[in-house]
Amino acid sequence: MATAGSGDELKVLGAWASPFLVRVLFALQLKGLRYEYVEVDLKEKNELLLASNPVHKKIPVLLHAGKPVCESQLIVQYIDEAFPASGPSFLPADTHARAVARFWGAYVDDKLLSSWKGIFATKDEEENAEAVRQTLAAADALEGAFRECSGEKLEWFGGDGVGYVDIVLGGLVPSMNVLELAVGIKVVDPDRTPLLAAWKDRFCALDAAKAAMPPLDRLLENAKKYLAEISFKTPASK
Amino acid sequence: MPSEKQEEAAVRVLGRWPSPYVIRVLIALNLKGVEHEMVAEPKGNKSELLLASNPVHKKIPVLIHNGRPISESLVILHTSTSAWASQAPAILPSDPHARAAERFWAQYVDDKFPTAIRVLRGRVVGDKEEAAAEVSAALWQLEGAFVECGGGKGYFGSDGVGYLDIALGSHVGWIRAVERINGVSLLDAAKVPRLAAWADRLCAHPAVVDVLPDVDRFIEFSVQNDGALAKPVDEASK
Repeated sequence: MATAGSGDELKVLGAWASPFLVRVLFALQLKGLRYEYVEVDLKEKNELLLASNPVHKKIPVLLHAGKPVCESQLIVQYIDEAFPASGPSFLPADTHARAVARFWGAYVDDKLLSSWKGIFATKDEEENAEAVRQTLAAADALEGAFRECSGEKLEWFGGDGVGYVDIVLGGLVPSMNVLELAVGIKVVDPDRTPLLAAWKDRFCALDAAKAAMPPLDRLLENAKKYLAEISFKTPASK
Repeated sequence: MPSEKQEEAAVRVLGRWPSPYVIRVLIALNLKGVEHEMVAEPKGNKSELLLASNPVHKKIPVLIHNGRPISESLVILHTSTSAWASQAPAILPSDPHARAAERFWAQYVDDKFPTAIRVLRGRVVGDKEEAAAEVSAALWQLEGAFVECGGGKGYFGSDGVGYLDIALGSHVGWIRAVERINGVSLLDAAKVPRLAAWADRLCAHPAVVDVLPDVDRFIEFSVQNDGALAKPVDEASK
């Protein structure tokens, strides 16, 4: 599998609609790193994927000189640590600030994303409505985190520039846009979470983000098909 | 700005001894030779200190270092690496790929073990046979990881006890307790010989021996706290 070369080849296995892929591509773009992208059809068996991620068989996977790294947040951390001289550091230097960044990075997946998935998990409308409430509550907590982390400029979780939490939450931005357009649920809202709403617009304006995000119209079409398949009914708003 | 005098700074751990997540923090601090005070969090009502230190999750463990709280056990392990970087051992390996591997497996441990162990303790209702099978399957995967991580010194960490040793090792007390409670063999020398030997080795390690009490104490705790479902099975031999 590893071809003769500089030994620094980067390859990304992904599925175009995945928010976890967006994180990885955004991180690579921020670092100015060149990579080969390989689209994986998850409905078919892919030998390279099975060999690279035998435990979970999931994308994204980063292959660096043929060696795999799995799990999107771990890949982002790997990119930061393996390429310290390229582009910005994703984590701050200060020990406590690093801990805070890791904490909120974990929060995005443990709380925001898990509630979000719950919105579509069952046919029970009351359970779905509760999942919406929990998702919005998690977003509210992240609004507070943003205020804590972003310092005086109030631009990025990373403070002076884009950082780890911006990357982790940024992966979900296309999904946030689709959720709003498809079912009217605003995870981030100028009234409820003004700082995050401004942050989302700022994120979308970045060249590195534009290069990492899938086309919105294609993503929306994909989402609408999925919602029709599961006969999703938009939960009544609070 | 006060100067950082880490040797003189008070280091406190909010927690309770049977929690594997608390045990992790204590092992890390012991490894680093950091003096610390354990502040026992009472059962029942959450203390003022806990609510102030971890307002987001209101959970133990919390590490309070230089007056600043850090939550989430794996975040705390990372913090131990950077806060006391000059003191050996390094808890995380320096190679980014080795780091990614240990982090991957630590995440795997926290995905696979906690719920299954709670079922086996009788703390939550569930299928105990299924839970035991899940734990066995996960241990079997980790047996493979042990070889991969190349613990030449008999640990997952290449230089001795490290991040993944701590992440998995912190569950050993409860794994052994539920073995006895349910009359099953999980860390079975016939099925997972390397892990079985590793577990004994880890439990005898000076940084671990005082914070991972004897299995009888875990069983006693379970009988007292996990409800009438937990009944230890009498075994003539170990």
